[in-house]
Amino acid sequence: MDMSKFQKHHIAFAVACVIVLAITQHFAVLLGFIFLFGTPLFFMKELPPYATTVERIWQYLFLTICTFIFVFLITPIIIIIPLSFNAEPYFTFTDGMLSFESTAYSLRWYEDIFSNGMTNPDAVGSAWYSDMWNNAQWVRATRNSFFIAFFATIIATVLGTLAALGLSRPEMPYRGLITGLLISPMIVPLVITATGMFFFYSDIGLAKTFPGIILAHATLGIPFVIITVTATLSGFDRSLIRAAQSMGANGWTTFHKVIMPLIMPGMISGALFAFITSMDEVVAVIFLADVEQRTIPRQMFSGIREQISPTILAVATILVAISIALLTVLEMLRRRSERLRGLAPS
Amino acid sequence: MRILIDCRGKNMTSTTLDQGNTNADGVLLTSDGIPLKQKLVQTTKKARSRAFLLTLPLVLFLIISFVVPIGQMLFRSVHNPAGTNVLPNFAVAIKNWDGIGFPSEETFELFVKDMQIARKNREIGKTVGNLATRMNYAIPGSRSLFTSTSRKLSTITEGPYKEALFKIDKKWDNQIIWRNLKRVSSDYTIAFYLAALDHKYDDNGNIVAAEELYQIYVSNFFKTLRLSAIITFLCLIIAFPVSYLLSVLPLRTSNLLMILVLLPFWTSLLVRTTAWIAILQTQGVINDILVFIGLISDDGRIQMIYNQTGTIIAMVHILLPFMILPLFSVMKTIPVSYMRAARSMGATPFTAYRRVYFPLTLPGIAAGTLLVFILAIGYYITPALVGGEDGLLISNLIAYHIQKSLNWSLGAALGTILLVVVLVLYWLYNKLVGIDKLSFG
Amino acid sequence: MNLSKLLASTVVGVSLLAGATVTNAGEITVVSWGGAYTKSQVEAYHKPWMAKTGNSIKSEDYNGGSAEIKAQVEAGNVTWDIVDVELSDAIRACDEGLLETIDASTLPDGADGTPAATDFIEGTLHDCAVANIVWSTIFAYDKGKFPTAGPTTMADFFNVEKFPGKRGLRKGAKVNLEFALIADGVLAKDVYGVLATPEGVDRAFKKLDTIKGDVVWWEAGAQPPQLLADGEVSMTTAYNGRIFNAVAGEGKAFEIVWDGQVWDLDLWVIPKGTKNKELAMDFLKFSTATERLAAQASYISYGPARKSSGSLVGKYHNKDIDMGPQMPTNPDNLKNAVQNDFNFWADNADQLNERFNAWLAG
Repeated sequence: MDMSKFQKHHIAFAVACVIVLAITQHFAVLLGFIFLFGTPLFFMKELPPYATTVERIWQYLFLTICTFIFVFLITPIIIIIPLSFNAEPYFTFTDGMLSFESTAYSLRWYEDIFSNGMTNPDAVGSAWYSDMWNNAQWVRATRNSFFIAFFATIIATVLGTLAALGLSRPEMPYRGLITGLLISPMIVPLVITATGMFFFYSDIGLAKTFPGIILAHATLGIPFVIITVTATLSGFDRSLIRAAQSMGANGWTTFHKVIMPLIMPGMISGALFAFITSMDEVVAVIFLADVEQRTIPRQMFSGIREQISPTILAVATILVAISIALLTVLEMLRRRSERLRGLAPS
Repeated sequence: MRILIDCRGKNMTSTTLDQGNTNADGVLLTSDGIPLKQKLVQTTKKARSRAFLLTLPLVLFLIISFVVPIGQMLFRSVHNPAGTNVLPNFAVAIKNWDGIGFPSEETFELFVKDMQIARKNREIGKTVGNLATRMNYAIPGSRSLFTSTSRKLSTITEGPYKEALFKIDKKWDNQIIWRNLKRVSSDYTIAFYLAALDHKYDDNGNIVAAEELYQIYVSNFFKTLRLSAIITFLCLIIAFPVSYLLSVLPLRTSNLLMILVLLPFWTSLLVRTTAWIAILQTQGVINDILVFIGLISDDGRIQMIYNQTGTIIAMVHILLPFMILPLFSVMKTIPVSYMRAARSMGATPFTAYRRVYFPLTLPGIAAGTLLVFILAIGYYITPALVGGEDGLLISNLIAYHIQKSLNWSLGAALGTILLVVVLVLYWLYNKLVGIDKLSFG
Repeated sequence: MNLSKLLASTVVGVSLLAGATVTNAGEITVVSWGGAYTKSQVEAYHKPWMAKTGNSIKSEDYNGGSAEIKAQVEAGNVTWDIVDVELSDAIRACDEGLLETIDASTLPDGADGTPAATDFIEGTLHDCAVANIVWSTIFAYDKGKFPTAGPTTMADFFNVEKFPGKRGLRKGAKVNLEFALIADGVLAKDVYGVLATPEGVDRAFKKLDTIKGDVVWWEAGAQPPQLLADGEVSMTTAYNGRIFNAVAGEGKAFEIVWDGQVWDLDLWVIPKGTKNKELAMDFLKFSTATERLAAQASYISYGPARKSSGSLVGKYHNKDIDMGPQMPTNPDNLKNAVQNDFNFWADNADQLNERFNAWLAG
């Protein structure tokens, strides 16, 4: 790449920046401009050397569009984080926040997560803790969410893994039909599933109970377990089973010592999917749950519908942190799985 | 080869088929003396049932937790026994009425007596109120005729019952009521499917279109399909460039950028919906920015949420990963050398793209498009929260009938229609893409 | 790593997490409309009852309708012990056998010795329901938006040219159709007569058409004051008590317009099959006694359902505001008022809501 070209488009960009600043007279706008239109330049160097000027312009346009799309994807998730520290009950940046005044930021919405619903938020010591643990609405919702998600995940993972083992055997009869059935909870609109469950579970006394919701959430998590575990098994070298058996291992030993460790990453990521599905599920909870079983998403749903307060943003921020943690675990698992299966590390 | 393994698995110690083992007819025998062909059939069968047994617990689980509930809902859409529950004797008698004039005096007597029993009945499903509710669907506004009459019926102790009834309320002197009562006296009905398709029975029992002002469901189905198509299309054109970029960038960079796709995917649906409310509402971030840089005045804030626009923006954001991931996984398998080869043979970049690259991405496009469309068509939460009145989709109407209006049969009928549409698409997906191709991150 | 041990202890730990809430013998779940209204009930009913009986109350919010009651009763798993509902819902649920019957003769006499049957305002005692308050749907506006000459009639609410800005309306046919007819010049006493004819319904929807593009729809009672405060609307229909509380409690500059108000009753009902029927009945009797109803009126501007409570209604609990003039039943406020006709709505709600939904979507 010749030096002149490199400088040319950088000079052009600098000129554009000056023009933008002159027109809008806001540094914030300039920063946004530099980010959105400068980032693509950063990636331009990937171009093959034979590219023409038209291609270069096209490439720049393409990269700019991609930048905008990535911004579109990630902004909503990033933006709630600072907003949740707003000292005012608004859903937007106050002037104080933009000028980074410390008084414009506060933890009041995080405190509200704990105090909302408490009978006596001013108590001290253990009284405060037991009050918070038992009465604070968000705390109760969190406990319910984890409780439900935990058991739903176990059911979905155990049954799902077993079924995936069967499905991935070459001898599996009616494979298409059964796979279709097992994946269908993901495809059938949630409202229909929830309505059907609402009627049926009411008839058999499972509606408005924890087992009912756990059952519902396990059902909804199963497709994810099936998909991830089957995917792991598809790259599974079946000669390993033969090797184990030829050395005298019985069925259980083969599973326990050979299959299980190898599909473990798939199982765990399937379990994580089932877990997050349950943690995020709200339609079935709306139809099936009573106030006793109210979960975090359910609490958010009524909060958004009725009295929207930045407390929801604080909760959302915490949930984003959890998502990031789960995503990290998943990424580590993926790498481990590739390493174990002897694939090239990526 | 496969059978070989299974024989071994069974015997554990035996190592190979005894190649030299044949019986008198020259048929190959296995080591335990069974003809190979028979043994083959046996072991295949055993392997098949073993594989099936592994899936059996889950299949049974799903049948109880998922298939039966949905099946029961389908049943509810055609089965409504309010008539026979409340008026058991009358329901039998009126079946013999030919629908001309009025039913016989005996039928009237049974009606009055059944109503008197029902009036005292407090058992759920067998009260006058249940019948009144059911009849109110057939003849809007007839509920109070039933409830108020039932309060006065205790005065009637002897015939003629017909006159006595007409004396309580002259509205009973109307053949349409009795024709509808006859129809309601049957446990099975397609009336709710008619309602779900904006049709109804007219006074003479013919199926006709509902009055235009009351037509809502068919247009809502089409609106849902249209909105889903728009969302799917937007997802496709947005996902295509980024998927391409991700597939051509070096692994290290693309893995980093992939986080930007996966993080939204892993973030709670409600968090993302909340975020869009914060961004789009009239006092929200975008409007504030536009006011701040002077593009709009403080009074001229743009309404971007609680309408169709808000629904589309939020849903595109939520469903985008379901388009990017399949597209990306297909594009990643297309070697860069194909495009180079095309270029080297004189194709312009556009031709090379159109003739070589694009056709190769079609499986990814099919997978992503169908998946996003299927998911969009049944969406409930996001339209309910950011849709306002014109972002309401068919799912929201179903929920309305289940939770608010309590017309469960109509809700079930609407649900069944939606389910059929989705299952057809699902079948198509399986045909074109294969459900086993589904994968995440 | 001993996997099974780890798993077992995790299961135990998570089970503790949800901590099956032990319901002691004396706890009932009282369900009401949330926000300022529930607060007034907590102060006037719940706290004194808990202090007197030693039982506890779990307070739950909902948005009206009898769907949840129906679901619980039909599922045979009733967790709501006593619910605050609108009249038309009470009648319908009672007709369908979803509620316990309540013998009005067991209710306590008024403080002045009047038997309950005559002390309660006519039409407030029903087979399965006992009214506690008279409330009203009114419209209110933000004085900041109309500092000089604010709207004074229902017609003004529908006049977006003279009084610009968005309008808030409850999502549903009920009350909106009444308002539309009054704004169109129908006298309050004729409203249901007109609405019973197809032409009347057309006329109401035609009037609603004139502001359709300017409406923000709300569903929960807490939303309208919020919409006004956020500046999302310049006027909104609302429950009168919610607006009063935003003004008296939070110092908001909102003004209520009583012209064309549609008043209604809120009643206690007991879902059939509750395990705490005795306690729920005790709470019902306690809370609908003369003093309790009067006490509630000092927290929110809803009229007591007992005549004997009227004379006891004083000032707002912590401010020098006479509550009398704030009541929907105050003669000044009743000049052009409609009482919600529960029979009309029990008959026509299905059909009119259908048309309303079609109208909204169209």
